Amino acid sequence: MATILPRKDVVIIGLGWTGAILAHELTEERLEVVAIERGPWRDTATDFNIGYAQDELRYAIRRDLFLQPVVEAMTMRNNTSQTALPMRDYGSFLPGNGVGGAGVHWNGHTWRFWDSDFRIVDHLNERYGPGRGADLTLQNWGITAEEIEGSYDRFEYLAGISGKAGNLKGQIQEGGNPFEDPRSRDYPLPPMQMTYAPTLFAEVTKSIGLHPFPTPSANLSQSYINPLGIAMGQCTMCGFCERFGCANYSKSSAQTTVLPVLMKKRNFEVRTNSEVLHIDLDVSKTRARGVTYVNTSGEEFFQPADLVLLCAYGLHNVRLMMLSGIGPIYDPNTGEGTVGRNYCYQTNSSAQVFFDDKNFNPFIAAGALGQTVDDFNGDAFDHGPLDFVGGAGVNCIPTNGRPIQTRPTPPNTPRWGSAWKQATVQAYKATLGFSSQGSSYPARGNYLDLDPTYTDRFGRPLLRVTFDFPDNDIRMSAYVTSRMEDIAKAFGGRQYVMSPRKKGWDSVPYQSTHNTGGAIMGADPNTSAVNKYLQSWDVPNVFVVGASAFAHNAGKNPTGTVGALAFHTADAIRQQYLRNPGQPLVSV
Amino acid sequence: MKKIVFSLSFAATALSAGLAFSQAPDLADEIIRGRYQAILADCGACHTAPGAKPLSGGLPLETPFGQLIPPNITPDRATGIGNWTGEDFRRALTTGIGHEGKRLYPAMPYTAYTKMSEQDIQNLWSYIRTVEPVFNPVDANQLPFPFNIRLSMLGWNMLNFQAGEFQPDPSKSPEWNRGAFIVQGPGHCGACHSPKTFLGADRTDQALQGASLQGWYAPNITGNSYIGIGSSSEDEIIRYLRTGVNAHTIASGPMAEAIQASTSQMTDEDLKAIVTYLKSTEGGQTGKPQPIAASDPHMTAGAAIYHDTCSACHGGDGKGASQLFPTLAGNAIVQQPSAETLVRLVLNGSQAVATPDARTTPSMPSLGWRLSDQQVADVLTYVRNSWGNAASAVQASDIASKR
Repeated sequence: MATILPRKDVVIIGLGWTGAILAHELTEERLEVVAIERGPWRDTATDFNIGYAQDELRYAIRRDLFLQPVVEAMTMRNNTSQTALPMRDYGSFLPGNGVGGAGVHWNGHTWRFWDSDFRIVDHLNERYGPGRGADLTLQNWGITAEEIEGSYDRFEYLAGISGKAGNLKGQIQEGGNPFEDPRSRDYPLPPMQMTYAPTLFAEVTKSIGLHPFPTPSANLSQSYINPLGIAMGQCTMCGFCERFGCANYSKSSAQTTVLPVLMKKRNFEVRTNSEVLHIDLDVSKTRARGVTYVNTSGEEFFQPADLVLLCAYGLHNVRLMMLSGIGPIYDPNTGEGTVGRNYCYQTNSSAQVFFDDKNFNPFIAAGALGQTVDDFNGDAFDHGPLDFVGGAGVNCIPTNGRPIQTRPTPPNTPRWGSAWKQATVQAYKATLGFSSQGSSYPARGNYLDLDPTYTDRFGRPLLRVTFDFPDNDIRMSAYVTSRMEDIAKAFGGRQYVMSPRKKGWDSVPYQSTHNTGGAIMGADPNTSAVNKYLQSWDVPNVFVVGASAFAHNAGKNPTGTVGALAFHTADAIRQQYLRNPGQPLVSV
Repeated sequence: MKKIVFSLSFAATALSAGLAFSQAPDLADEIIRGRYQAILADCGACHTAPGAKPLSGGLPLETPFGQLIPPNITPDRATGIGNWTGEDFRRALTTGIGHEGKRLYPAMPYTAYTKMSEQDIQNLWSYIRTVEPVFNPVDANQLPFPFNIRLSMLGWNMLNFQAGEFQPDPSKSPEWNRGAFIVQGPGHCGACHSPKTFLGADRTDQALQGASLQGWYAPNITGNSYIGIGSSSEDEIIRYLRTGVNAHTIASGPMAEAIQASTSQMTDEDLKAIVTYLKSTEGGQTGKPQPIAASDPHMTAGAAIYHDTCSACHGGDGKGASQLFPTLAGNAIVQQPSAETLVRLVLNGSQAVATPDARTTPSMPSLGWRLSDQQVADVLTYVRNSWGNAASAVQASDIASKR
């Protein structure tokens, strides 16, 4: 029997990027807010202590900061003809765990999606006529780039993003990304100082007519004080970003940008090591009463609240909606149902160039210290004669030279022994890698639902992921990868190796923790789970915030858009919802 | 603002049953001034435990003579000072003799509060009467025999205590006198920053020249330009006292608490007065010694440890980063005669103070688990003798007792 706790105005499930942003915004409205976080408290000095934060074995190999399958596993299959089996270990993607969530151990690439993403169906129809992407289930997001520009701006200033504007109020800026949509002002900080590999990449891509620019980075180029008055330090380029917490206060995260202020507010509280089992609805199933959670001693609590914000990792948001009966679950046979639809991922490929006479000092690095070319991303190029839609950013971002995992060797090198050692020594400093990060477009058979067989430690069904790369995306990746080959050739190294994306998603090797969709936003309650303010169509006092709202994934990292959506939702709640609580913000 | 005045007047009216209503606004004024006296005197530093109701009793104070627990001084009749009269309170602050003649221990800085004016004390009393009464029995006297005999303070006072209000120096400016008054009187800065005699009294001949307490070294805060505040600008020191952070340093430890509860809430005029006075004082070693040679084996070892462990935040040049990582180069705290604070920071880490203007509260991580005594000593010797710094070497034997 759950202990019933005193009512709160707002309960937030998960205290990562979106939970922290929304908690800060709503406590400013003097609301009583509690965040319930499954994992532990995490703080820079104690948990990312400079004395051990850079332990590759502990954090990168044994994955100390990540969600472990014993806590929550998922099942996977490539298509509906297969029987899904539980992942025994997370591999292809690595959800976070604990305060700060995956925002603790990200690399820091901070992008804006384009208007041609948010209005993708309209955009393709306008440019190419009807019929493009007919084998996909593309949908408009229900917003425009102009509408969400201010929210991107707020996230970038909160996080102290280092970059160079490419389009200021419609004026193309030399050295920035010429393909981006207009932004109201430049990034808060200038780009990071470039290391040699991205510098060379910029020279080479420019020489073949492309438009390189510094990757927008949440590793700070300079010290910075954000709008909340929180100070951050200059990145030291230690090369321990992805899979690690930052010991130097120089990678943006909830810890470094929001929590110092949030945690001191009297109307905010976080309960860690507490897992929400489900959101409780009233008998009408159109209003949430609060949430039921369990602590590590197995004690259950019911936390009543007027407003419930689902701010967990996108995949967990979707599962909690399903476990709580919020919205109809998607059925790929009929194409009906909204929760679970348009699950997308990321379509990546890579290239390595081996040199004889270069020294890239790869250990001087940061997670987002690099150069990007967007000439083949999204709809920046003409798809008229091409047999696919979508594209990929091409990135030269050497994130690290860590001793265990960064061991490039040319093909046909033995896997061990003195020849391997020799090749490692030769190649370590003299190898340049770059990659494409491709869009992932929704297809009818790619979706999330509850597994019919396997359950978690509380007896709840696991999330089932049914996914394979759609043929469209494979064609897209093949095209971009051949453009990358042009670049690889232009480097003039001794040898280059291309690793294209192939059909058949494998959940074992790491690919990307960019799982999107499942509770997508849109203008039509028949095809989207949440409206354009991320408010549930079915239970209006529930908002579902995160990459779960993406109607598709672009060729970009999602965090910038996740942060922008959090501000977008916060504004809608503060300026509209609180005037008329419990009511839908969009009526149809 | 109006609302606050109103509610205070209301409280005052309620409290002053029997007083004519027309007198209430004066009392409200007294209470507001008294509240500021409580900030100047930092009563809460000792008498309020973390998270507890104001003035309801503090955390134990470790003194060289044993433990004292700061009592409950809310107006609760059973466990606070609700039975005291204004005269009891005045006598306690100015002579160290409390209600019913009970003698206080000088951990309660009546030796400094005696300099407060009658009116200041009257105001403070009026304010304390408005604090929420809290039932919280505190047995203040935890001292072992013979120190637990309060009458022994009679003798102590004869030797160490001079009662009497602050006497301004007419040859100095009003600002200087105001500063001297706060520092010597309600602010009781010397309670931490002045060295003590074997009886625990302030050594007046070495006032404000730095002292050990509670595992920290409260640094020299005289105008000494080598180890005091002489080389910092007035604005920098005011910023430090107001926010806990300035371009070079960040408060932690007991000073963080003093900033949070007291100096950050003082008026700019009072902060300026304090700095004016402190800068006029002298004391401690003045000539900077020759730094230990960089080729000294402890220095070379320390340099290697520094670049491995410390430089990511404090910089290869010891310059740190504004608002996050203190500057070590030229920092007087780094060059104090005692390295006690530095040892503690390296072994245990610490967190910066939070004030409305400094909200980041960055932390120094604990490094005691990974550095041996000798390594801690060497890296501190290096920090104390690099980038223009010069101070005595730190010995491995200084470290072990601090673990």
